[in-house]
Amino acid sequence: MSDTVIKIENLWKEYRYGAVSHRYLFKDVQSWWARVCGREDPNAKIEAPGMGGSPMRDPGNDRFWALRDISAEIRQGEVLGIIGRNGAGKSTLLKILSRVTAPTRGSVKIKGRIGSLLEVGTGFHPELTGRENIFLNGAILGMRKAEITAKFDQIVAFAEVERFIDTPVKRYSSGMYVRLAFAVAAHLDPEILVVDEVLAVGDVEFQKKCLGKMGAISQEGRTVLFVSHNMESIRKLCKSCMHLQAGKVIEYGDCEPIVQSYVGNRGEASTGGAFDLLPAEKPPEGYCCEACIEDTSSRPASVLLVGQEWQLRVRFRISKPLDHFIVGLGVSSRMQGSLWTTWTTPRSIAIGDYTIVFQQDQIFFSGGRYYVNIGLSCFERPFFYREEALPIDISPVSIKNDIVRTQGIGCIVNHLRYRIERNDS
Amino acid sequence: MWTTEIKPRRSLFDLNLREIWQYRDLTLLFVKRDFIAQYKQTILGPLWFLLQPLFSTVIFTIIFSRVARIPTDNVPPFLFYMAGNVVWGYFSNCFNATSTTFVTNAAIFGKVYFARLVMPLSNVITRLFMFIIQFGLFAAFYGYFLMKGAPIRPNIWILSMPLLLLQMALMGLGFGILISSLTTKYRDLSFLVAFGVQLWMYATPIVYPLSQIPAKYRLLMNLNPMTSVVEVFRFAFLGQGTVSAEGIWCSLIETLLVLVIGTVLFNRVEKTFMDTV
Repeated sequence: MSDTVIKIENLWKEYRYGAVSHRYLFKDVQSWWARVCGREDPNAKIEAPGMGGSPMRDPGNDRFWALRDISAEIRQGEVLGIIGRNGAGKSTLLKILSRVTAPTRGSVKIKGRIGSLLEVGTGFHPELTGRENIFLNGAILGMRKAEITAKFDQIVAFAEVERFIDTPVKRYSSGMYVRLAFAVAAHLDPEILVVDEVLAVGDVEFQKKCLGKMGAISQEGRTVLFVSHNMESIRKLCKSCMHLQAGKVIEYGDCEPIVQSYVGNRGEASTGGAFDLLPAEKPPEGYCCEACIEDTSSRPASVLLVGQEWQLRVRFRISKPLDHFIVGLGVSSRMQGSLWTTWTTPRSIAIGDYTIVFQQDQIFFSGGRYYVNIGLSCFERPFFYREEALPIDISPVSIKNDIVRTQGIGCIVNHLRYRIERNDS
Repeated sequence: MWTTEIKPRRSLFDLNLREIWQYRDLTLLFVKRDFIAQYKQTILGPLWFLLQPLFSTVIFTIIFSRVARIPTDNVPPFLFYMAGNVVWGYFSNCFNATSTTFVTNAAIFGKVYFARLVMPLSNVITRLFMFIIQFGLFAAFYGYFLMKGAPIRPNIWILSMPLLLLQMALMGLGFGILISSLTTKYRDLSFLVAFGVQLWMYATPIVYPLSQIPAKYRLLMNLNPMTSVVEVFRFAFLGQGTVSAEGIWCSLIETLLVLVIGTVLFNRVEKTFMDTV
């Protein structure tokens, strides 16, 4: 069709795990010299003999395809939401579209100027004033100076920073900083706008304003590509949707049904057993082996009731002595994003296998599917993190056996103590 | 009908000059940013531009002229060293700044696309302004020595000054982007640059005149592209210097060669360096 503005043809992107080369010229020369002399490469990875498997390293092993054969045609004025779990390839796709990195195979053809917002405030310099940063950031995003001058007042008004426009941005509050950064981006005038989850910034009021601005941009007939984990904003903004999984497009079409199926009405059945968390590449500090949701008598529970007492059992291995060690636990939903986080108090820990059991008297989420994220960290630096490690399914039936409403009550169900007294006694 | 086509790899010599021209505003804004950011919250501010060459010249004069007694072709030693310092300063600043292009700007390059060459170009322009300020200092001392009747003879070669500057800028840019492209893969090159530039200065007639080098080694000295630049500059302003046609040609050819190789490598690396940094 003639009004196709982005044509993605058989796009592949390969990444390699680990270092691309030895990273040291000296070692590369050493390896090269060893090859020339017909000696053994001193820098080759040592394979333990007799460990099973081939002694030769499988060249396919340290590579992975972040995008596998993606093809799509995006039409003028389309507001396309791109969804998928972490690692599905959403960001890689946006990076290629915004020309930050090149594809390994395939091509993308674009008609018109493309503006990309993979981050707000790219290139902001703390020492420069708000005014100077508007010009710098605008130019980085592809605007000419005259364009920025013409829109300058609008940008300042949108960001609500009139009084501080000649103050260095290092003195700005984080809210002001983000508002200013988004304001510049929102006044970009490209035919195609690529946005990555930048709406997850600022206060609620400002987020609404941003969503409104993005809506207005699409009303003008411009094309918007939008990546988000927040299904609510995807639903509000987008008419069509692309669901990526493991680098492939698994669904592309009208927004609503795809969001529905993604959110998990049709999701994988929970096994009710322990979930395997073994990472492919084991961090040197340690890692989680498995996790399981249980009732109080330590039986695996496939479904919890609203308000039920429950526990989460996590097995982990520590491979070297650590100080300031923390286990972190989070619950998220694909609809609302991250909901709740908790963590243990920092402690020192010796090498060994451990089990930790988190207990809660009443689960306070309403009916639906949630996911547990598990992380291990040492001095605030996570060395193991697994998002959506295992699902929690909560049936919309409370522990007292009454049906709990699920629509329009929010995701937290928490009982307060209360008493009712007559005032006229 | 398509305005942009994103493909795995560009051809070797696909240097999009028009695109760089489109980003000229950005180039100048980066220049402005570097200026403002560099001297904010310093007491002396841009005065540092003047203090740096002044101090090194004083120290060079004491050490190399008074202590080591290296002759300076009858030119007042202070002026001799200042000329060398100002010229070398521009080249080495350009080189140092552009040689870290990818590593320093990884954060910006990872989030937004613009013609990547804009970054090193803006570095070279920033350094040009610094050079002009420092040249002003040189000019002031130059005038003073001229009035005192020192044996210096300015001549027609002064007109070659813009060309010398251009050559130094291109040379600094060429070496810089060459190194910066290689540092995305080999980090140890950045250590090499740090002291390599120091050593390079001693291989260039900065603290000694080329005339002090025995004739049989001149050819070797001329392989260093900065040799002829420094000597031409000194000859133009001070009337003393060893300028030879083969030296100038050698330097020009090397500059072009480095610039071409640097640009080719830079173009190659800029597309995928985000995956390796």
